[in-house]
Amino acid sequence: MHLHKYEKIWLTFGVGSLALFLAIIGFAAFWKGTHPQSHIEVIDPQNVQAHESFKPENLGLHEVADGKYIFNIVASAFNYDMGVDADGVPVKTIRVPKGSTVLYQITTIDVVHGFNVAGTNVNMMVEPGHISRFETVMKNTGEFTIVCNEYCGIGHHLMYGTVEVYE
Amino acid sequence: MSTNELIIPKKDSKLYMSFMYVTYISLLVGGLMGLLQTLVRSGKYTLPFNIDYYTILTVHGVILGLVLTTFFIIGFQFSLMGKTVGMTDKQRKVAWLAFWVMVVGTVMAAITILVGEASVLYTFYAPLRAHPAFYFGLAFVIVGSWIAAFVNFRQLYVWKKAHKGEKSPLLAFMVIINMLMWFIASLGVASAVIIQFIPWSLGYAETINVLLSRTLFWYFGHPLVYFWLLPAYMAWYAIIPKIIGGKLFSDSLARLAFILLLLFSIPVGFHHQLTEPGIDPTWKFIQVVLTFMVIIPSLMTAFSIFATFEETGRRKGYQSLFGWFKKLPWKDVRFLAPFIGMVAFIPGGAGGIVNASYQMNALIHNTIWVTGHFHLTAATTVILTFFGITYWLVPHLTGRRLTPKLNKLGIIQTYIWTIGMTIMSTSMHIQGLLGGPRRSNFSEYAGGEQVATWISYQVSQAVGGTILFIGIILMVYIFIQLTFFAPRGVEEFPIAQESDNAQPAPKFLENWYLWIGITIALILFAYTIPVFDILKHSPPGSIPFDWPIGR
Repeated sequence: MHLHKYEKIWLTFGVGSLALFLAIIGFAAFWKGTHPQSHIEVIDPQNVQAHESFKPENLGLHEVADGKYIFNIVASAFNYDMGVDADGVPVKTIRVPKGSTVLYQITTIDVVHGFNVAGTNVNMMVEPGHISRFETVMKNTGEFTIVCNEYCGIGHHLMYGTVEVYE
Repeated sequence: MSTNELIIPKKDSKLYMSFMYVTYISLLVGGLMGLLQTLVRSGKYTLPFNIDYYTILTVHGVILGLVLTTFFIIGFQFSLMGKTVGMTDKQRKVAWLAFWVMVVGTVMAAITILVGEASVLYTFYAPLRAHPAFYFGLAFVIVGSWIAAFVNFRQLYVWKKAHKGEKSPLLAFMVIINMLMWFIASLGVASAVIIQFIPWSLGYAETINVLLSRTLFWYFGHPLVYFWLLPAYMAWYAIIPKIIGGKLFSDSLARLAFILLLLFSIPVGFHHQLTEPGIDPTWKFIQVVLTFMVIIPSLMTAFSIFATFEETGRRKGYQSLFGWFKKLPWKDVRFLAPFIGMVAFIPGGAGGIVNASYQMNALIHNTIWVTGHFHLTAATTVILTFFGITYWLVPHLTGRRLTPKLNKLGIIQTYIWTIGMTIMSTSMHIQGLLGGPRRSNFSEYAGGEQVATWISYQVSQAVGGTILFIGIILMVYIFIQLTFFAPRGVEEFPIAQESDNAQPAPKFLENWYLWIGITIALILFAYTIPVFDILKHSPPGSIPFDWPIGR
């Protein structure tokens, strides 16, 4: 099969860039440990309360060490259950100081949902029977909308919350 | 390419045109839904008669993504096979069966969606449960397309037996590659529909394995987009050169590119599932690497196309560095529309690299960036090429001519499309980078600055969407003209010839056992262990949910 000289140059350059590119994402993944969330931890979607993190009293934001938080959420159509405040009112906004490390843990009791803290790297599929987890440092201040970004039914667009990062 | 092109008999034209009718009815219906979506999302319009947003979203995705594409492609490919290797009476009968099975499936699914019993979007993720008729409809469409695939296989087989030792015509070879890919890939979604969804939707199975169903869907979902793209590549490689008055750049390289696309189309579905919790990250990474192998045939294609353009221009005597480029037939819509499609594929392909990039995916996954991406690739690159094919294929089949006036309307259509899509797709990309979700009805969420910015981009999407709908009306008008009213005459079926000093294609390129064998080996490599893992670590299954979709 005949390859034109210019095509050889073109493909060498292309394949070379591709190899470099793959080396970079491989390095970031396996040496730096930046993988997308993949915990392979299962849970019974009809009995999520059996899991310590998803007991009603453990939902919402908890400070576990100085500047370290765990944020537990149970998703259902069309709501994120983030626990209740002292007056028993459902929490819709959580507040953390800038620079906090937050571990987001979420599961669903019904259909597939999304969980995206818009404007951050926290972007996960939430599937029945699985626990989704992602830990990140909230480096920027501001109000970030939590939005369900996988279609979950006719009220899909009404499923949201807010993360407020303050100075 | 063989020089003995065949004449398409009337009986065959009728078959090919039937697929085109469904295509353009789908364009009108699906396009209208798209317009309504962008209007609703602008926040300034609500749907009449209590129609639910997600019903029209499902119609839009199913009708344009699954119906329009599949009908156009199968009809176009039948015409390519008929033109290059011929069609017997028996094959035509079976092809009609394929058509009607697909139509029955489409109508079943469409009615189920329209009455609000299947607002599950075109990905129909479990455990949302649609009415069983929706899944049966999908199964019929797939089975119909398989019948078409086997007719194509048979067509080439019969031709080969009559032409011992000759290489198959390039376009026939390409059609076979595409249908092989389609068949192997759709086995995944068909098994999900038939083994998982149908018994579960009927109540015979209590629960469904959600992750398995998603994995089977995406095993099919990525090759699905190549199934749309390859017919566009067929036109770029083997038809456009003839339209611009040139020759095929390299028959062998074109075949090799198609083979590579077959090999690396299927073992890659995990790059749609990167942010899912239940799949081992190492296997996600392996499939990401396999995904990126597609860059090689894409670069080969880009080179071939521009080399053809330059060679043709130089042969016509344009000596300056870019003189050949200026002299391309810009006023011929058969060239212009696909050319703009090619240009759109540069940002489209680059965006695709972002999407499949293991880590970067988290930034854009399920944001409207993704919607912007496939409106560049599918709804610009692919569809403009399909329009470009329509301008000569339809009059060729109906015995009419693409008149200068219709050609001019086509050029206007192409520019309208380009402007509308530039506005819509660009604002989708930006809104997605800012975190705006896809597949969502208008919502102000918790309010605030972030959401206000999203909505401002949704307003520009409505502007783009409106312009695009004008383009759709114009295209449907042109189609009707070419079908029923354009003056009688002869329109060429342009197929490029090999250049005179072309070298013979190596025999191994047509060793089907070899290529199918490697395809299956790659699939087994990429999927065996992770699928066993999924089965081994599966959580309790999911019961069906009807109420979230309003059933």
